[in-house]
Amino acid sequence: MNLNRFLKTIFLTEFFLAITKAIREIFRPKKTINYPFEKGQISPRYRGEHALRRYPNGEERCIACKLCEAVCPAQAITIESEERKDGSRKTTRYDIDMLKCIYCGLCQESCPVDAIVQGPNFEFATETREELYYNKEKLLDNGDRWESVLAKNLKTDKIYK
Amino acid sequence: MEYLNILINEIYKIIFLVIPILVSVAMIVWLDRRVWGLVQKRRGPNVVGPFGLFQTLADALKYIFKEIIIPASANKTIFILAPIITMTLALVAWAVIPLSETLVLSNINVGILYLFAISSLGVYGIIMGGWASNSKYPFLGAIRSAAQMVSYEVSIGIIIINVLLCVGSLNLNDIVLAQKNLWYVIPLFPMFVVFFISALAETNRPPFDLPEAEAELVAGYQTEYSGMMYAMFWLGEYANILLMCAMGSILFLGGWLPPLDIYPFNVVPAPFWMIFKILFLFFLFAIIKAIVPRYRYDQLMRLGWKVFLPFSLIYVVLTASFLLYFDKLPKGSF
Repeated sequence: MNLNRFLKTIFLTEFFLAITKAIREIFRPKKTINYPFEKGQISPRYRGEHALRRYPNGEERCIACKLCEAVCPAQAITIESEERKDGSRKTTRYDIDMLKCIYCGLCQESCPVDAIVQGPNFEFATETREELYYNKEKLLDNGDRWESVLAKNLKTDKIYK
Repeated sequence: MEYLNILINEIYKIIFLVIPILVSVAMIVWLDRRVWGLVQKRRGPNVVGPFGLFQTLADALKYIFKEIIIPASANKTIFILAPIITMTLALVAWAVIPLSETLVLSNINVGILYLFAISSLGVYGIIMGGWASNSKYPFLGAIRSAAQMVSYEVSIGIIIINVLLCVGSLNLNDIVLAQKNLWYVIPLFPMFVVFFISALAETNRPPFDLPEAEAELVAGYQTEYSGMMYAMFWLGEYANILLMCAMGSILFLGGWLPPLDIYPFNVVPAPFWMIFKILFLFFLFAIIKAIVPRYRYDQLMRLGWKVFLPFSLIYVVLTASFLLYFDKLPKGSF
């Protein structure tokens, strides 16, 4: 053991240096955010909770082309459709099993009318499994609730598509 | 009737000792987590109550409502007994800790011996827990923990001899009063450092938290425990840490004595000084948890047997010869 190291050991230099450093770090600004009260920024492409959007006149966008159902790698989407009296084809059933879903975003990409989208919401934990079997009603409700954000996100991201 | 009165009187006193200790253990867990977080530039628990002070109470509530799982192949009696023993021993030792000259549950004349004996028994809870779980990681953790605690107890014992040589009494109040003029942290500073590091090892704190090295042993002897039994281990552990801080402040930092016997210091009541010193030592414990990496097992053993033990033995000889040469050996009590 050389003299320098011996003296350092005897006088606990590094120990005291470490403690002063630690105490200094305590008063530095935090690197973490105060999560439930403040939230981090989310990209407009963020793939969170699903939503079915409507046209401004209140009509559903979804045309029941079933592209999303076909592309879904986890087979989480189930769609049934019928022809309406005015000749348009609309869904009668649009279910997403959020437990199967892998949040890959392929449904959103395959949709020709921007009906099914994944919004910025990631805080939809529930107490039971059943609550995560989303049906059409729930998805449309999500769409209505998040419409302003969804429209803005789609518009921001449009130039990259 | 008379016996009943005495009994009720004693129980009343014990409750007034145990409840503050449990509450302060809860607060100390919060302080530990908070300091740890702040040093790492995180926030630490800050949601439940003011500054997150009630976080531990919320955790305790959670533990109470969780299911206690007893492994099928475990030895049931010992498995259940282990956390109870750990916690009881950690609380029982507080009986002799003086918070002021009069504020002590039992002022026995071999206080330090009692304290040492009880803290040595603490290893039984861990061994029993590890063995009764009948599973490999708890068992490995328990073996490590036992070896570690036994080896560092030896050097703590010799450090205590150092202090006793200067005091000449085993009574904790006498030890405190003997430091009226000079705290032993000054003449016995190297011993204080060794005591502090041994206390870290004794209570399985980082950098000596090998029994619970999560990367190797999951959670050590606590792996199979859940619910309230886990919480009791936890409580016992932190009560032990507090006890070690109290021991350190009594042996070296002058216990409940003010730092200087002059005006602004000596109006503050004695228990506050004791609590303040315990908190100061605990703050060091908490900071060290944040700044050091974990020791390897052979390094730990080398430090205990090859460095601390000979060093403290040499220091005993030095202290003894110094006291003898200058004729300063305490008289009377022996």
